[in-house]
Amino acid sequence: MAALLLSRYAECIFWLARYMERAENLARILDVNETFARDGQGATHWRPILQLNADQERFFQSYPAATAENVLNFYILDGQNPTSILFAVRAARENARQLRPLISTEMWAQLNVFYNRLLALGPADISLPNLQRQCAFIKEACQAHAGITEGTFFRDQGWYFYQLGKYLERADQTTRLLDIKYHTLLPQSGGVGSPIDLSQWNALLRSAAGYHAFRRINPRGMTPATVAGFLLFNRSFPRSVALCTHEIQQVLSGLTSKYRLRRGNLVLEKVDELQDLLASQSIETVINHGLHEYLDGLQVCFGTLSDGISRAFFGFDQPVAVTA
Amino acid sequence: MIGPGSGVGHLLSAYQSNGFYDELFGSASNPAHHAEAVRRRLGSLEFADLKRRASDAERELYNLGITFLVYSEAQAIDRILPFDVIPRIISAAEWARVEAGVKQRIAALNLFLNDVYHDQKILRDGVIPAELVLGNANYREQMVGVDLPHGTYIHIMGVDLVRDGEGTFRVLEDNGRVPSGVSYVVENRHMMQRAFPDLMQDIGIRPVDNYGMKLLEAMCEIAGPTPSGTDPQVVLLSPGPYNSAYFEHIFLAREMGVPLVEGRDLVVQDDRVYMKTTGGLARVDSIYRRVGDDFLDPLAFNPESQLGVPGIFEAYRKGNVALANAIGTGVADDKAVYAYVPRMIKYYLGEDAILPNVETHICREPEALQYTLDNLDKLVVKPVGEAGGYGITIGPRASKAELEACRASLLADPANYISQPMVPLSVCPTLVEEGIEPRHVDLRPFAITAKDTWVLPGGLSRVALKRGTLIVNSSQGGGSKDTWVLADDTTLARCAAERQQAFLQSQSQSQSQLP
Repeated sequence: MAALLLSRYAECIFWLARYMERAENLARILDVNETFARDGQGATHWRPILQLNADQERFFQSYPAATAENVLNFYILDGQNPTSILFAVRAARENARQLRPLISTEMWAQLNVFYNRLLALGPADISLPNLQRQCAFIKEACQAHAGITEGTFFRDQGWYFYQLGKYLERADQTTRLLDIKYHTLLPQSGGVGSPIDLSQWNALLRSAAGYHAFRRINPRGMTPATVAGFLLFNRSFPRSVALCTHEIQQVLSGLTSKYRLRRGNLVLEKVDELQDLLASQSIETVINHGLHEYLDGLQVCFGTLSDGISRAFFGFDQPVAVTA
Repeated sequence: MIGPGSGVGHLLSAYQSNGFYDELFGSASNPAHHAEAVRRRLGSLEFADLKRRASDAERELYNLGITFLVYSEAQAIDRILPFDVIPRIISAAEWARVEAGVKQRIAALNLFLNDVYHDQKILRDGVIPAELVLGNANYREQMVGVDLPHGTYIHIMGVDLVRDGEGTFRVLEDNGRVPSGVSYVVENRHMMQRAFPDLMQDIGIRPVDNYGMKLLEAMCEIAGPTPSGTDPQVVLLSPGPYNSAYFEHIFLAREMGVPLVEGRDLVVQDDRVYMKTTGGLARVDSIYRRVGDDFLDPLAFNPESQLGVPGIFEAYRKGNVALANAIGTGVADDKAVYAYVPRMIKYYLGEDAILPNVETHICREPEALQYTLDNLDKLVVKPVGEAGGYGITIGPRASKAELEACRASLLADPANYISQPMVPLSVCPTLVEEGIEPRHVDLRPFAITAKDTWVLPGGLSRVALKRGTLIVNSSQGGGSKDTWVLADDTTLARCAAERQQAFLQSQSQSQSQLP
């Protein structure tokens, strides 16, 4: 008899992976934004970050102005903010706490130490001169988590749900990253092809750790379209939406065939639709029809997918209890 | 022989047991020869080294999350159970007696439970007052007539022992509902193995790491036959991550290799228990539950319970699922019933108790009440219904007003109280800020019973870290120690003799080097 997996565990693993991936992506975004803020316009660069998760309204309820200090506090240390790094890591740890019977001791210990280090950070630690160092610490802690998981987490059903959460969140985060930059870099805002414009697309790629790979396959130039196309459609870049979607498809197929979770077939249909959406249009067409709308559409797809996974495997057609 | 050569190095040279029985030294009339090798090794350590290893060990416990949750200002905080690195050592001979005594006690308690939920002979014979049992808040009417595999009710038992001034182990309390603490026994050993391999080498300590396997065996033994003849599906039922003992639940589930479930993961259909898995409902045969009787089934017990599984009692009653411990064991570990356990052992087994109780005066009996009232300032008075050290009056330490309040309560409701003399709890050398000092300890051995009883060698030694205090509870600043049961006392004595021989030889030229 194949080992069974409790639905609750599957859900916790899925969310553990999502929250850790989310924390890493946030650190990447804040890190790269700091390089923007070094130029002449300085502090104005922190406001667009708030559009990332449509956080403006909540932010201004607690903070008077979008200064670097406030925005960084909001996204790193503010435990009340559901889109902060601290919140994500805490949520990951709470899921891991429930999963302790299942995950390796090393996974738990690393997450536990990471969370406690994060808790110990104060405003001075994330001030601009220290920001890069802290973002590097957070990113590396998330990567250490990924590495320990890769090296120690037993490869049964649970592993599949981990992968599912990781790739779904990563795909979603990539669209958000692209979306926020697209807002700030709209062609009509002027300066297309100007040094600032290019340096910002450059920074965007770096924040996704994609600059060098992009250069290798596009040695001759960098346009907003090629960068967006790379982040969306490249089949080899580990953070592209296409690659993540492909991985999701593979993992779901594994669950339905190897573990006979036939309910996965319903979700697979949704993944097929998503793959069609990704394969059917060139980046030029996407931009002509509106990149923002396209990204919005993708995010809706990811949401539907997440719901579908939840219904198929976690909730058992019963409503999932909402815990505070 | 106490003195040079008895294993007292410079680290322990200033140490004084202050007249209490000492777990590492014994007493003048009853010295602990079996601990000599360990004393010598401990004595040769540097204080700074001991401190450093101790603080490393505590940090590791914290990082590994070997913690319990405490609640303060609505926030859950992870705390470690303070860990003292100086072990407590029990000789093979002492242990043999403890083990036999624990087995005997559990046998009697299980016979008692089976009796009070069936024929009630012991009550009809007047050995124990019927109202004490039938009127007890923990007596479960619903269990009357329910037959259990092997007649076992208490599958997992923790017996709280103390050692008096003569070094005699006495039973202070029985824990037959949901005893906790066994995870610390195993984790403390792991910690010592990492931090003090030099101290343990060749001592011959009986292992404790097979507890999970033994528990799983018992859980399988009490399960009914499975439909397909496969191994029974065992699970551990926990109230969830916000229970203070959650780490122990994780630990036990992991050691048994079974799922840790919460009430919401289980459903009952057609009087059978299932768990919700990614692939559908899967049958559950045997449940180690860490949820109290009251919260187990809102249909049968407390209707407000959110932690339980509606309908599970009916499944249990029909024999479709096994529960450990059984429902209704609380009536056997009640403080008033405790006083009758020696008579119970005599009644059911025809034997004298191997492990005596602490002398107990049952205040429902007139002479005992009078004795208690006459000696209030010398006795410890305990209400029978409370757990966790609540409502206790410690006579020698109470103020006049407290004693009078106690007298009034006793007179108002004598049946609600027992009294005991102050036991001069044994001490064990313990690492504190300033050095090594004696601190009071108790011992909670753990036993697993399905068909037969197995006792984990050792148990949880709790230590009162505050000077002079007798209360070892973790909620009151207590810590724990690793407990070493020696496999063989003679080996150790031989070891010591051999080492002495080797030492003498090293002081002179050996035969082979002579020309």
